[in-house]
Amino acid sequence: MSAGAKSSTEAYVSDTGVSTGRRSAIAAAWLVFGALLLVFPILFSNPTVTTIAVFTLIYMTAATAWNGFAGYSGYIPLGHAVFFGVGAYTMALVSLHLNLQGGYEMFALVPLAGVAAAVIAVPFGLIALRTRRHTFVVITIAVFFIVQLLAFNLGFTQGSSGVQVATPLWTAASFNDRFYYAALVILLIAVLVSWGIRRSRFGLQLLAIRDDEDRARGLGVKVQRVKLLGFVLSGVTVGMVGALYAFFIGQIYPQFAFDPLFDVTIALMAFFGGLGTISGPLLGALILEPLQQYLTLQYSVGSLYLIIYGALFLIVILTMPRGIIPTIGDRLAMRRAERLGREESPSAAPVSPPVEVAPFSGAAR
Amino acid sequence: MGSSIIQAVIDGVLTGGVYALMAAGLTLIFGVMDIINIAQGIFVILGAYLSYALSVHAGIDPFLGLFITIPALFLIGIGVEWGFIRRLKEGDRTAMSILVTYAVSIIIEGVLNVSFSVNYVQIHAWYVNRSVHLFGFYLPYIYLFGFAMAAVLLIAIYALLYRTRFGASVRASLQDRTAARLVGIDVRRVSTICFGLGVAVTAAGGMVFGATNAFNASTSYDLISRLLAIVILGGLGSMGGALGAAVFMLVLEDVVAVVWSPVWATAVFFAALVVVLSVRPAGLFGRQVARAQ
Repeated sequence: MSAGAKSSTEAYVSDTGVSTGRRSAIAAAWLVFGALLLVFPILFSNPTVTTIAVFTLIYMTAATAWNGFAGYSGYIPLGHAVFFGVGAYTMALVSLHLNLQGGYEMFALVPLAGVAAAVIAVPFGLIALRTRRHTFVVITIAVFFIVQLLAFNLGFTQGSSGVQVATPLWTAASFNDRFYYAALVILLIAVLVSWGIRRSRFGLQLLAIRDDEDRARGLGVKVQRVKLLGFVLSGVTVGMVGALYAFFIGQIYPQFAFDPLFDVTIALMAFFGGLGTISGPLLGALILEPLQQYLTLQYSVGSLYLIIYGALFLIVILTMPRGIIPTIGDRLAMRRAERLGREESPSAAPVSPPVEVAPFSGAAR
Repeated sequence: MGSSIIQAVIDGVLTGGVYALMAAGLTLIFGVMDIINIAQGIFVILGAYLSYALSVHAGIDPFLGLFITIPALFLIGIGVEWGFIRRLKEGDRTAMSILVTYAVSIIIEGVLNVSFSVNYVQIHAWYVNRSVHLFGFYLPYIYLFGFAMAAVLLIAIYALLYRTRFGASVRASLQDRTAARLVGIDVRRVSTICFGLGVAVTAAGGMVFGATNAFNASTSYDLISRLLAIVILGGLGSMGGALGAAVFMLVLEDVVAVVWSPVWATAVFFAALVVVLSVRPAGLFGRQVARAQ
């Protein structure tokens, strides 16, 4: 990789022009956020609230993991429910055959579910990553439907009657807390992995693939290997939360473990918050999942939540196509640039906001 | 066994014609606009529900009802294009279009669930459960009528594309949007009309689908994945490819259902897609990644 290309992509990674003061403010915000997540079950003990919180953590993890591949590489997989379902079935079937009774040992199956997801992710990725862009999207959807069908029809999955997972031994009062902290641990792993990818050479290679895959290949990036590794990594994490979900729910069915809505929900969350950022998918899931749970509880009969959910997403895409975090970041940067411009050269004309350069073909838009 | 395979091939060809019509709409939209319309599946179901409502509440025959439902879906398509698709930036239209049309799709799914409930329904008419006996094979009237209607509409689309001035501007936009704009074609207007047309055909396809299958709003997931499989297999943007792939896939599915098991027929449908794309990433009839790459 030539030095010039590297430094230009480097600018992508380290937020350009971030002052140390701002950096410590960001670090403080992360710490406060982490502390809030840590004490949340102590502050709120209402089981309805903590149940929603567990689901939210599961989706925050899944969206982060999805973004760790999609956001950096530019490939949009809509088949991650495969990993979620594989994780869920691993938890359910292995605990069934080992005759586990629903204690802490169940959580030991979570990493195993990650391994199972990886075993599925390798052939899945090898096939799907041969194609690009929209063909890739469609092939991930196709693989998803094949796997869902397998779950319905293979003997060992018990078909449409689903699998009963051992009931947790804990009392109802402390039931949710354990799942909450288990989910929080997986979320922490997911965020650290995503952050690590972003800081690493591997992450730079993924970003280079997003910008121009052919050029990245020309510069010596082993694109197939890099893409596959990114795909498998994100699949493993989603598989782990899938296992947690199965234990939490207590009963899994093919249509819920392999849910087409899951595929797009995590993508929506990542887009909503900001694709390719670390805080974006967290924020997206933090807003959308409680909203969906609330709407489902509130309007249990109708499908009103689908309408609100879709409308909200449409508004965000059309007004903030890059997601909340990057849009807010741009606004802040613009305001800071204006202020700096005034301070440094009071006599000069104010710095004009960055003008969006219309591409030639966009002239008639 | 032999005759049941032939029966399966006949059924596959007849239903494949209807799928070809729905897939043609999808591929037309992609070819002209680089838009993948994920909402195509829910539009089919919307068309089916409209025909169902007209026949149940107003007693209008489903085929006659098409004179109402096709223009209705054309207008809805134009509205969606005008309201949302047009506002996407040029840069990443394809990826964003998947999300926008998906959002449109779940909104419509919610509206349909609220207005028709989630119970499965099916369109009824005298020709739905009757069939004609010909050379030892049973040909359900609805398959015959549906195939004939699909053929007529496909020929009409063909004629529109290859025999009219408007068609020439569509084909020019298909080849190169910028160049088409330079020679004075109003590409935006062409895009809007094409989106409307691509959606309008789902009214016809949805009517036949709703008469041959029990459906509710969530059936659209199954439909859109099949339609996407068909257009990708045929090569995105290729009309002829969509027709060929639709018939190929439906025949394959029906034959597998007979010789192996109906349970696995759908899996074969998608497995065929995976196998073909592993060998030919551009699809069976696709131009070798001519655009948008």
